[in-house]
Amino acid sequence: MGSTAPAEVERPSSDVRPDVPWLTIVWNDPVNLMSYVTYVFQAVFGYPREKAEKLMMDVHHKGRAVVASGAREEMERDVQILHSYGLWATVQRDS
Amino acid sequence: MSTGFRASGKGVSVKLDVGEVSLLVSLVSQILDLVEPGATGDDPIERALGIGSPEEPSDPVLARLFPAAYADDDKAAGEFRRYTEATLRDGKRADATTLLETVEPGKVQLTAEQAQAWLRAINDVRLALGVRLEVTEEVHEEIAGMSEDDPRYPAFVTYDWLTYLQDTLVRALW
Repeated sequence: MGSTAPAEVERPSSDVRPDVPWLTIVWNDPVNLMSYVTYVFQAVFGYPREKAEKLMMDVHHKGRAVVASGAREEMERDVQILHSYGLWATVQRDS
Repeated sequence: MSTGFRASGKGVSVKLDVGEVSLLVSLVSQILDLVEPGATGDDPIERALGIGSPEEPSDPVLARLFPAAYADDDKAAGEFRRYTEATLRDGKRADATTLLETVEPGKVQLTAEQAQAWLRAINDVRLALGVRLEVTEEVHEEIAGMSEDDPRYPAFVTYDWLTYLQDTLVRALW
């Protein structure tokens, strides 16, 4: 992700993994800003800022993060919205 | 140079000079040229339903703007693309058009909805430039160490300015 980063804080993983079979994954890329990615997670999923920032930091440091889970159709809808914002997002079955 | 976006009324505002406006118009117009309308298939019924091709675009910028939705399942990625890329293309064109219709020298006042369109349209330009310039996460350091005689310098400075504009827009919306 691009710079203009918030202060980096060591935090535990915040992957969202309830017991359902499909996941929305967001992948790290060098263009999307850390502030923008956080904002998009808030706008698209309604997550509070702190949770959105944790997920953004997971994407940044681990290269990817699970940002939502649920039915396949819901995950595909999420991915389509994330693509409209230019995030690099994919759907996959939980494993 | 612009001082960036700030919260203003129920939306956001930014002051832009003539050069900044012509730069934005030029770059966003290029996105409009690149991202053709979604419904361009040969079959009239598929066109009416917004069903398009399952093939990933060969242009690397378009491939970045419309990435595969399944990392290791080409068939599922193709089906997803058939049913969504046309809508995504129309959305990106609508965002670009909103920016082009509202940008002007002086103070630009945007509603919250227009600000969302600007946010996505500026990001699309940054993604396109990022692919063409092969931007890495060290882009700031790269620009700082780049000679002004470097042929890539103006494009990198433009990219950096768009980054600044985008970041101030996000912070104005928070």
